[in-house]
Amino acid sequence: MTRVVVLGAGIVGAACARELTAAGCAVTVVERARPAAATTAHGEGNILVSDKEPGPELELARLSLRLWPRLLEALPDPEAVEWEAKGGIVVATTPEGAAALRAFAAGQRAAGITAAELDAAAFADAEPHAVKDVAAAVHYPEDAQVQPAAAATALLGAAVRAGAVLRTGCEVTGAVTRKGRITGVRTTGGTVGADAVVNAAGPWSGEVAARLGVRLDVRPRRGEVLVTAPLPPTVFHKVYDADYVGAVGSGEAGLQASAVVESTRAGTVLIGSTRRRAGFNDRIRPGVLSVLAARALRLFPSLAGVPVMRAYGGFRPYVADHLPVIGPDPELAGLWHATGHEGAGIGLSAGTAAVLRDLMLGREPEIDAAPFRVDRPAVRPEGRAA
Amino acid sequence: MRLVDDDPAGRRDVPLRITVDGEPVAGITGQTIAGVLLASGHRAWRTGPSGAPRGVFCGIGVCFDCLVTVNGVRDVRACARRAHEGDTVTTQSRAQGDLR
Amino acid sequence: MTRRVVVVGAGPAGLGAAAGALRAGAAVTLLDAAENPGGQYHRMLPGAFAAADPGRLHHGWRGFERLRDHVLGHARCDWWPESAVWAVERPDRGVPHVHVLRGEADGAGRARHVLVPDALVLAPGAHDRVLPFPGWELPGVHTAGAAQALVKGERLVIGDSVLIAGTGPFLLPVAASLLDAGAAVHGVLEANTASTVARGWGRRPWELPAESGKAGELAGYLGLLARRRVPYRTGRAVVEARGDGRVEEAVTARLRPDWSVVPGTERTIAVDALCVTHGFSPRLELPVAAGCALRDGAFTEVDADQRTSVPGVHAAGEITGIAGAQAARTEGLLAGWIAGGGAPDAPEAVRTRRSRDRARAFAARLAAAHPIGAAWPGWLRPETVVCRCEETTYGALLSAGGDPSRNSAHAVRLGTRAGLGPCQGRICGPTVAELLPDAGGNPHHRPVAQPIRLGELAQPPVENPIENTDRKESAR
Repeated sequence: MTRVVVLGAGIVGAACARELTAAGCAVTVVERARPAAATTAHGEGNILVSDKEPGPELELARLSLRLWPRLLEALPDPEAVEWEAKGGIVVATTPEGAAALRAFAAGQRAAGITAAELDAAAFADAEPHAVKDVAAAVHYPEDAQVQPAAAATALLGAAVRAGAVLRTGCEVTGAVTRKGRITGVRTTGGTVGADAVVNAAGPWSGEVAARLGVRLDVRPRRGEVLVTAPLPPTVFHKVYDADYVGAVGSGEAGLQASAVVESTRAGTVLIGSTRRRAGFNDRIRPGVLSVLAARALRLFPSLAGVPVMRAYGGFRPYVADHLPVIGPDPELAGLWHATGHEGAGIGLSAGTAAVLRDLMLGREPEIDAAPFRVDRPAVRPEGRAA
Repeated sequence: MRLVDDDPAGRRDVPLRITVDGEPVAGITGQTIAGVLLASGHRAWRTGPSGAPRGVFCGIGVCFDCLVTVNGVRDVRACARRAHEGDTVTTQSRAQGDLR
Repeated sequence: MTRRVVVVGAGPAGLGAAAGALRAGAAVTLLDAAENPGGQYHRMLPGAFAAADPGRLHHGWRGFERLRDHVLGHARCDWWPESAVWAVERPDRGVPHVHVLRGEADGAGRARHVLVPDALVLAPGAHDRVLPFPGWELPGVHTAGAAQALVKGERLVIGDSVLIAGTGPFLLPVAASLLDAGAAVHGVLEANTASTVARGWGRRPWELPAESGKAGELAGYLGLLARRRVPYRTGRAVVEARGDGRVEEAVTARLRPDWSVVPGTERTIAVDALCVTHGFSPRLELPVAAGCALRDGAFTEVDADQRTSVPGVHAAGEITGIAGAQAARTEGLLAGWIAGGGAPDAPEAVRTRRSRDRARAFAARLAAAHPIGAAWPGWLRPETVVCRCEETTYGALLSAGGDPSRNSAHAVRLGTRAGLGPCQGRICGPTVAELLPDAGGNPHHRPVAQPIRLGELAQPPVENPIENTDRKESAR
């Protein structure tokens, strides 16, 4: 039986562990801290197609959307994952924004995504508390949401029940190699032998790659989310301004904020989300929260009196060309990477795990995996030493 | 639940009136909204997620059990807010199907 | 240039800190969320009550009035009442900035301010720690602090038929206040056994005379209980509250020294109010936001001069260790003196340190006499609410914590919602951390330290409106 070590017990590591265990591998998950404690717990649980332009990431998102219901069905307590196919509505507030949004939606429709433009009355009906004078609104019924930590721990639990071993509080420190092939990892809890190693360490996967002796240009990008006090139902879809699409696709280091407003089952409203590169600096900046609040109020002016009771920030695994990294390491045989999903890892984890499994077992993946390969320039810049 | 009678601290009471869910309630100037509610016999005015009644627990603004809507502004800690003449207080609920 | 010291909290520690910093020659901005200084210990009556004799309700009122009038009347002190600190921001270098909302409690449209001090003294105090028990969420079950705040702060008696229970010396002044206000107090139940209490009190008896004031105060309360025939029972606790929509009866039981319940000792008594405290929880969100190191994860770590691990940030009072008003005031004096640029070896600093250490030693004795017994979860049932806001039960927490693939603080919180409700884990946080010791996480991490409305947050703040004190002085 193939022994696989998965590095990281976030959503991507958990999904990979589950998929590889189901495929018959003997999986050990090595986690520096605790399950779902970092990036996974600090996101909104997005499972989106609406923010993705036609191309490989959209194909991975669609594969994931097909897989998620099957994953949930197989869980003993699918309710705990809080899957909600609530749909997303993207809103443009300016004429230029409206034109760009319509063009973007048309492209997505051509790629097979359902993207229906709402007129003012239909938008007001769908979101009665939102701003009335919008320039354009597009409804994406396929967008969904989960409670991300529950999704990750449920997948991890499924892997463990099927025989995977979970080692928490165990940090990888280096690779054991033999004849150019990785044969195990050294950790703070001793050496773990492996036929294959999967780097699913999210924003830290660049650091983990370096410890294993290879280069991988995945960097942290900071994101903040505001959480309001629990409210009566006020926001019914995932509502975001069209600038969100621009923020995801941009490589600017400075602050980008666009409003993503949605409610949770507990009645709180989540307001995301910023994107800025600040290394692993986890200090909350009130000025950044202020910008986020102002953007949200442009979409939902009626929320002005609602208290924010919490803010949280996390790090997302950022790659310069905005595509996930899924595949074998070009230099170190036996090492695989599954990372670089930025803010989309929750949704894309299901498809990522399936693609990785197929690649590792020598099968043809359901979608073309070549765009995610590790030896592309954005991930392996020339001349940058490990 | 009542005010100290014949107060040795030598208090002087100036009456005020507020409404709670439309009903007039009498208090004295200087009381918090929680104080007005408690002194007028209200023990509980908010409900938790299960619909269970809640009133004042910590009394010093920490537990958020006593939240009310004051003059249309929601989530005001009744134990920390002074009552003003004519305040319109409405109660809040987190119970399913009774979302105020 | 005059040093600018911002002091957060105007209780005994904060007032002391303001006085210390003023004495050292600094300009002080003193903030408190309440309308009046005094904190919980010297909670003042509202001005509108026009009370003729407010000091009757307090110990040490004359000293408090002197300190308050000195600090608030000082030319270099800027007093900011109704000012809630909602965030502490750590700049890349320099002293943390203090983000403040000024206006009525939980108001809408409060003004946002940012203070940029030369030194910061944090003195936010503490609140009651209450361990959960079946029925503790019923109306009529209160923290002991609530009973005290209502009777001292607005002359409201929490009930006519009251039982006071938990552990610690604070049970006694609460009983005294309620008796003074005319309530029938059925008893005061100290959960620790007589031998635990006696062992704590009896240690190092040579320390007692130095703090005879506090010991005398406590003895006075015990005397009052005896005169009013109110029993003070040790080794007994409230293990359940019952009632239909409000507390109607309390179930008490005898406890062993580890707080396990002695079966068959349960008794039921009719009450209309139950006041409970199991000690105090320090308010640690501001020191945590400022980046201060914690001691044992429970208190702000300070050096001999009340400096925290963050340069320019000082801490005083209960956030450095639960030690009462006397220790808090001296810690504040020292913290303020150092924050204001005073010399650590100045005679007043030496004196203050000595008197602080005496007060702390006395507090350590009290803490030893009133620990929390490790077996207290024995009175919980699977359906007992632990997180009051989200009604997370003990059973739900145990099942999350018992599953290794779910046992992380983040996954437990998101999965059970414990600590994610309106109070943000202020009440249940330490309890959840204690029940799930392997889950990790910091229960005091609250970067939004007080709720701020979206409309307020969206407004730009007023930058550093600290008074130019030279101008203020020359204008006098």
